[in-house]
Amino acid sequence: MSTVNPPVVFTQDELGWVSWIDPLPEAELTERHYAGLVDRARAKSEYFRLLVRDPEVLEARTRTDKDIFYNTADGLPRAERELAAAATSRYNGCIYCASVHARFASTYSKRRDDVQRLLDEGVEADLGERWNAVVKASVALAATPIAFGPGNIEELRRAGLDDAEIVDVINGASFFNWANRLMLSLGEPSK
Amino acid sequence: MGTQDIIDTLAGIEPGSALDAIRARRLQARENAQKSYLALFEPIDASEFSLAERAAVAAFVTGLHGESAVAAFYREKLAANANRAPLLEAIKAEIERGRTSGPYGAFPAGPLSIENKAGLIYRVSAERKPDLGARLTAALEHAHLLVFRPRDAASADMKALLAAGWSTTGIVTLSQLVAFLSFQVRVVSGLRTLAAASAQEVAS
Repeated sequence: MSTVNPPVVFTQDELGWVSWIDPLPEAELTERHYAGLVDRARAKSEYFRLLVRDPEVLEARTRTDKDIFYNTADGLPRAERELAAAATSRYNGCIYCASVHARFASTYSKRRDDVQRLLDEGVEADLGERWNAVVKASVALAATPIAFGPGNIEELRRAGLDDAEIVDVINGASFFNWANRLMLSLGEPSK
Repeated sequence: MGTQDIIDTLAGIEPGSALDAIRARRLQARENAQKSYLALFEPIDASEFSLAERAAVAAFVTGLHGESAVAAFYREKLAANANRAPLLEAIKAEIERGRTSGPYGAFPAGPLSIENKAGLIYRVSAERKPDLGARLTAALEHAHLLVFRPRDAASADMKALLAAGWSTTGIVTLSQLVAFLSFQVRVVSGLRTLAAASAQEVAS
């Protein structure tokens, strides 16, 4: 295995990810595995070739992920879904997930400096009413026991979100409690 | 799909309600959260991770999040899958021992170290290990790590599972199960909170 150079700060740079246990070799993938990967190109990724050891779970997880983040009809703008993902990852401590979704949040919001402040200062950074409400709701959902309550709903509504958009925040933040735990525990990021 | 939607059931979302309509706009997410549940709890192949083991880990993980409709659901699933009363008792007692507040743990050594937060390093109690066996003991310890301090996870934790008899594929499914439940319990909690807030608004 090549040398791992783990990042020690949160960053928007592109990172690699190295598995601690054996992914399936590309040569051993069958049609059942490709169905699990959803996008054939994902066979190039060590992370997905590891998760594809359980293809049915990976396929359902991938389709859940895509709809929560990419289906922006009648709902929260993509930038704020990515913000929920980045804030959750920052709070749980997933440097890899935070890097990917901070980059997306920057791309879609054009607020790269604010996103960087979330990474540098943490989830208490003051990013304005609307983003603060999304970050706070994501953090409350990530806590165990879950701390999300009526106060979060009120703040999100005051910031202008309707119930469909609030559901997008709940879905996006909750999904990253799934993603963070896989990324953090099956391998590690590398610069 | 024949089965009732599990998130709707646990969140108390009635057909025709406002939240039912909102969830219907994210149909792929709704249907695939359900398929994830089915793939984990009614898998086509349970040879690497038995149904009783899945139910035991699920009851433990959701119980660690506090009492809720979700915890009760997986406790019942365990009661239906486990053929031994001591296993149920052991999981119940270990939930009590394992409850704490997260996330905590350490960051890679460097500027983030000031954010390190110490907390319980959970280990199954010695007297319950015989009831649980080596595989479940290792699985519960790993599940607790994933629930409360995922940033502490290290390659040594993979080795501990392998040494306890878990295959690489079994580890992937175990990790997915714990991580999926971390998602499911939050979606249910969030939707319940939103439904309650909206009901109050209508009433006032």
